[in-house]
Amino acid sequence: MSFAVTAKSSVSASPAVEFRSVEKRYSQGPIILDAFSLSAAHGDFIALIGPSGCGKSTLLKLVAGLSPVSRGELIFSTSSATTHLADATRSSSASARDDLAYVFQEPTLLPWLTVAQNVALPLDLRAVPSAQRTALVRDALALVGLTPRADYYPRQLSGGQKMRVSIARALVLSPQILLLDEPFGALDEMTRDHLNEELLAIRERLRWTAFFVTHSVAEAVFLANRIIIMSANPGRLHREIRVDLPYPRTPATRRDPAYHRLVDEVSQLLRSIEEPATV
Amino acid sequence: MPRPKLLSVFLPALAGALFIAIWHFIRVSLSEDFRFLLPAPTEVITAFREHGDELWRATLNTTAGATLGFLAAVAVSFTLSLLLSLSPLVRVTFYPYLMLLQMTPIIVFAPILVLWVGPGLKSVTIITFLICFFPLAVNTTQGLVSTDRNLVELFRLYRATKFQEILRLRIPAALPFFFTGLRIAATLAPIGALVGDYTAGSSAGDGGGLGFQTIIYSSQAKYPALFATAAACCALGFIFVAGVLSLSWLTLHQWHDSYERADI
Repeated sequence: MSFAVTAKSSVSASPAVEFRSVEKRYSQGPIILDAFSLSAAHGDFIALIGPSGCGKSTLLKLVAGLSPVSRGELIFSTSSATTHLADATRSSSASARDDLAYVFQEPTLLPWLTVAQNVALPLDLRAVPSAQRTALVRDALALVGLTPRADYYPRQLSGGQKMRVSIARALVLSPQILLLDEPFGALDEMTRDHLNEELLAIRERLRWTAFFVTHSVAEAVFLANRIIIMSANPGRLHREIRVDLPYPRTPATRRDPAYHRLVDEVSQLLRSIEEPATV
Repeated sequence: MPRPKLLSVFLPALAGALFIAIWHFIRVSLSEDFRFLLPAPTEVITAFREHGDELWRATLNTTAGATLGFLAAVAVSFTLSLLLSLSPLVRVTFYPYLMLLQMTPIIVFAPILVLWVGPGLKSVTIITFLICFFPLAVNTTQGLVSTDRNLVELFRLYRATKFQEILRLRIPAALPFFFTGLRIAATLAPIGALVGDYTAGSSAGDGGGLGFQTIIYSSQAKYPALFATAAACCALGFIFVAGVLSLSWLTLHQWHDSYERADI
């Protein structure tokens, strides 16, 4: 019952995000991203993995519109199959790009706002009526299990809790596209595993197309249905691996031999990029 | 919990008593001829009683000058900092003149001011303003331009307007910097008003402030009264700093790391 649902709906014929030979360079600097082509279907969970300098984070910034594409095309389409919690928050010219959320490497919370106020920030900025806002914030906090911490300030939370708030804030507008830039990189392995499971549990209820940058092969295999392995200098799409493990994935998935085979496969591919054949 | 609270009252009181005891001891160990140099604590209290009206009026005048100058400096520096933070070009253009303002010695500027606006409260207010302005402007501008890059991107991502970005992100993020400037300005404001009054005070009109009173007492060799004046200055400075520290605590203690330990 996962991405099969969106795959069947008629609108999903057009991809959510499509890269057409996208190139990125900053002014006259070296090429960061070279001839990158990728088509992400609605509901895809795409993990981006590769050595540092392969342009993974740049890719997210391009999708977010924080940085312009130098050459090529980046095409978005909306999906009516996506569950919209916050339809009133959308402007009339609703492009999928207005409907994306970003989870940064750091929690990037406003320290002077409480947890609930932080989660409400995207709604505040779009002047969502307060009655609706309260309900949306409550739902988002419930999703990440932080309802009892609504009135805490960020500094009173642990690293994992801060990241949960950051995710709740990203989800409060029920985005169509979710961009995650190594969100769990700074957390210990236990917390990371746990948050990975939570993220997938939320995905069962809200449908978004996700781009997830990570350095952890295990995390990529556990979360994604597609893993994009990238090579550096310039950043290129090296290889795509399909992860056919069925959703919902649970801690039991980590004991599945198929899971381990995939982790091995991706690890070896990565090693072959990082240590070129000349060595 | 009550134990450290009690200690925090008891220990400073003990130190104060010790200080007065040493003061007294030094005085009695001086020979009769030199005792006028260091009046006894009781003489200072007597001076307070004798010159009470005068000192009270002078303190009120200095307080008025210090407060007006301080508030004007806060308002103007905040507005200017906002303008400066908007573009690096504006900053580059005006920063040297801000520095120049800071370099201008007040002692030289005071007679010119008296010429322009006349002696008394107006001059004192302007001098206080000039002294408080620089630390406020520099710190606030610094705060407004050092907003976390990721937070700025977050606001851009959610299509925040420039106005929202300034009001909801840059200004709150600059508050700790602003309060650093405010704390410095609060210690400078009474000193500024005092120096202003010393150089541009007048017995005409309001009767002058503590600076003017200092000139009178020293010319009359009223040393206990000078000590009383100094005590009044200290009290004024204390009130200013305590006021700003309380305001800073009220604004920041819930979220800012600098108050993390104060909560325990």
